[in-house]
Amino acid sequence: MVEIRAGEGEPLHPASFDDVELYHPRSWLTKYVFSQDAKIIAIQYAVTAISFGLVALVLSWLMRLQLGFPGKFSLIDQNNYYQFITMHGMIMVVYLLTALFLGGFGNYLIPLMIGARDMAFPYVNMLSYWIYQLAVLVLVASFFVPGGSTGAGWTLYPPQSLLSGTPGQQWGIILMFASLILFIIGFTMGGLNYVVTVLQLRARGMTMMRLPLTVWGIFTATVMALLAFPGLFVASVMMLFDRLLGTSFFMPTIVENGQHLGYSGGSPILFQHLFWFFGHPEVYIVALPAFGIVSDLISTHARKNIFGYRMMVWAIVIIGALSFVVWGHHMYVSGMDPNFGFFFATSTLIIAVPTAIKVYNWVLTLWRADIHLTLPMLFALAFIVTFVIGGITGLFLGNVVVDVPLSGTMFVVAHFHMVMGVAPILVIFGAIYHWYPLITGRFLDEKLGQFHFWITFLGTYAIFFPMHYLGLIGVPRRYYALGETAFIPPSAATLNEFITIAALIVGFAQMVFLYNLITSVFWGKEAGHNPWRATTLEWQTPDVPPAHGNWGKNLPVVYRWAYDYSVPGAKQDFIPQNQPPSEGAPA
Amino acid sequence: MHVALILIALVIGSVAFHLLSPWWWTPIASNWQYIDATMIITFWITGFVFVAVVSFMAYCVFRFRHIEGRTAAYQPESKKLEFWLMAGTALGVAAMLAPGLVVWNSFINPPPGTTTVEVVGQQWQWSFRLPGKDGRLGLSDTRFVNASNPLGLNPLDPHAQDNVLVLGGDLHLPVNKPAKLLLRSIDVVHDFYVPEFRAKMDLMPGIETYFWITPTRIGSFEILCAGFCGVGHPFMRGNVVVDSDEDYQKWLQAQPTFAQTRKSAAAQ
Repeated sequence: MVEIRAGEGEPLHPASFDDVELYHPRSWLTKYVFSQDAKIIAIQYAVTAISFGLVALVLSWLMRLQLGFPGKFSLIDQNNYYQFITMHGMIMVVYLLTALFLGGFGNYLIPLMIGARDMAFPYVNMLSYWIYQLAVLVLVASFFVPGGSTGAGWTLYPPQSLLSGTPGQQWGIILMFASLILFIIGFTMGGLNYVVTVLQLRARGMTMMRLPLTVWGIFTATVMALLAFPGLFVASVMMLFDRLLGTSFFMPTIVENGQHLGYSGGSPILFQHLFWFFGHPEVYIVALPAFGIVSDLISTHARKNIFGYRMMVWAIVIIGALSFVVWGHHMYVSGMDPNFGFFFATSTLIIAVPTAIKVYNWVLTLWRADIHLTLPMLFALAFIVTFVIGGITGLFLGNVVVDVPLSGTMFVVAHFHMVMGVAPILVIFGAIYHWYPLITGRFLDEKLGQFHFWITFLGTYAIFFPMHYLGLIGVPRRYYALGETAFIPPSAATLNEFITIAALIVGFAQMVFLYNLITSVFWGKEAGHNPWRATTLEWQTPDVPPAHGNWGKNLPVVYRWAYDYSVPGAKQDFIPQNQPPSEGAPA
Repeated sequence: MHVALILIALVIGSVAFHLLSPWWWTPIASNWQYIDATMIITFWITGFVFVAVVSFMAYCVFRFRHIEGRTAAYQPESKKLEFWLMAGTALGVAAMLAPGLVVWNSFINPPPGTTTVEVVGQQWQWSFRLPGKDGRLGLSDTRFVNASNPLGLNPLDPHAQDNVLVLGGDLHLPVNKPAKLLLRSIDVVHDFYVPEFRAKMDLMPGIETYFWITPTRIGSFEILCAGFCGVGHPFMRGNVVVDSDEDYQKWLQAQPTFAQTRKSAAAQ
């Protein structure tokens, strides 16, 4: 019926390679610090990203305290408020989400899931991490330089970001662009590696259409990132030139405080085009790995194949391609030629179709399934709810004329937090609960996990769902204080207090998660081999956790797709991808 | 069981919040009720999808939760189902997009006979310029900005001399007369936003941008800056006062022209 799952005939190999000899570490330093093993690099990426993410979490508390209880906290002033929101946004989007999905999950899962011993270029892979680490340190340093980090908003729009009316204009903004440039260099090394590895190092029989959707998501996102990040790269370099060398790429004639600055003829809107040519694909660079991973979580824990696998693959690819022609929807009210509005509104709403298909296929996978309400499954369900809210509010903002009243308001803030903040993070949590037993050999604590799940899911919903309605009233974003504003009812302040309290509670739950994450390494329940009874290759390694080289003596051979769950006539309700048809399993 | 119930509670709670909460958009004061109408259509279509998807999910979680002896069905795909779902979604999307594009078309094309008013932004205040008797705004450029010419009008352009300047005061507009707002900034990106008008647009330094409205309600409406413009961003406020024709003319007569402000600046 469906040839993708069939194991008929001999397994095919994309290209016949002999098994390669790996680099073997000779000392503690090359094994755990300057490691070339993708699994260690993955953990390094994850630890760095999560640590930096905690900084962003604390920054979000500070900004919420100001919004919920304006003026009550003397340590928050209007300068550092803008520094908090800027750094929160940039850290979360680039240094946490991008790094964790691609550098963290990508590194750990790609080689294991495709049946490879390691990445194609282990040394470059190591360099990628250390340059990322350097980018993080440069950005951290910007907290401590004179004037502090930049407060230009994470979009860093010129001319404002380079002028003295914005905090961090002296050093912060320079370090921000320097850090982004480093990040992109590091990412490019890692990214090329992931792409080459997926294309070249798949095990015998692992055709592209047998790849788990996790790999498809990460692979497509990586290809996109390689095409999108250069936009940000050149914009960053040109901004540094404008700031340091006095060029005018993005700076028109400007009068600041009655003084004529030396700039003339530059185009600030050009920066916005470059930024969003990166920025929009970036949304999907974060979302596609989440789409892929959540598909695998749902399938495994519902004991049922993902519904419409081929459609899911094509949806990922089509979304990836379309996301390069929708960036203008961030600029409907920027003053670009308004006729572009017709094009970008159409392309943006078209993207809703493949995205909706993915949502339907996730919920249809639950139909007539055998749903185990494990923590990964709960997070997957929470992801669907959150993502549906974020997706449908995207239909408001994508439809050019509806965006006009809503752009620049809290509606936008609520929308993008739902769709690319909370939704992908719920997947990250689900993925950590799912793969932690593989990485450490132990389960995370179930009780703490349940607590963490319910607070996080319902708490974030309580934060961001009502926030849309603040935006409907017209409450603008990036306001340090609302002050006296006639059209904003006093009840809006009460709602803001409520949101702040919810945010603090959700923040606390993350501390519980962190405690669980650390203590379970030592005291968690032992998981044993393939505890979720999953089909995919990463669970079929001879050692748990997988050893250096992953596969022992022989590389695995793949006979079927990644979703042979509950196959009629099979002995068990799952058949691993590397199980030959002869061994009591139907083809 | 409790998971399914919580999901259902979430659906009911969200719909109830939408219908009952006091937080909703401000009463409209311009011709852009079409924008509100498009948004209402979007609320209905997307609200239906939200309720349907999450309820279906809740049902599945309840009905197909793991119990001893349950086996999942084996069904890799269904071309027919996927096709109809895709077609239905495409239809829903078209139902939102089509009215949206129609309204956008009128949003970007001011009707003939629209008067032009200029809004100038700078950190962190609003200024305005209205055409004089000849109905024309004179040329301007940020290069011309100085203490006696804060909006940077070209002093040599005869059309600029009778332009009416409003520096630091409220902008007045006559009710029921379409007005095209030309937007200009002499420093950073700002955004002219009056929630009751629904319309907004950035002020992009280096170029001129615009939008148009017909104010439909007499009253005073607050202008906010909706494009982050530095630390003073939340304090960049102003007012648009929508007047009857008569009041508007009275106000207009009392405002100084460019030539007059230059003269008084020179006298000092």
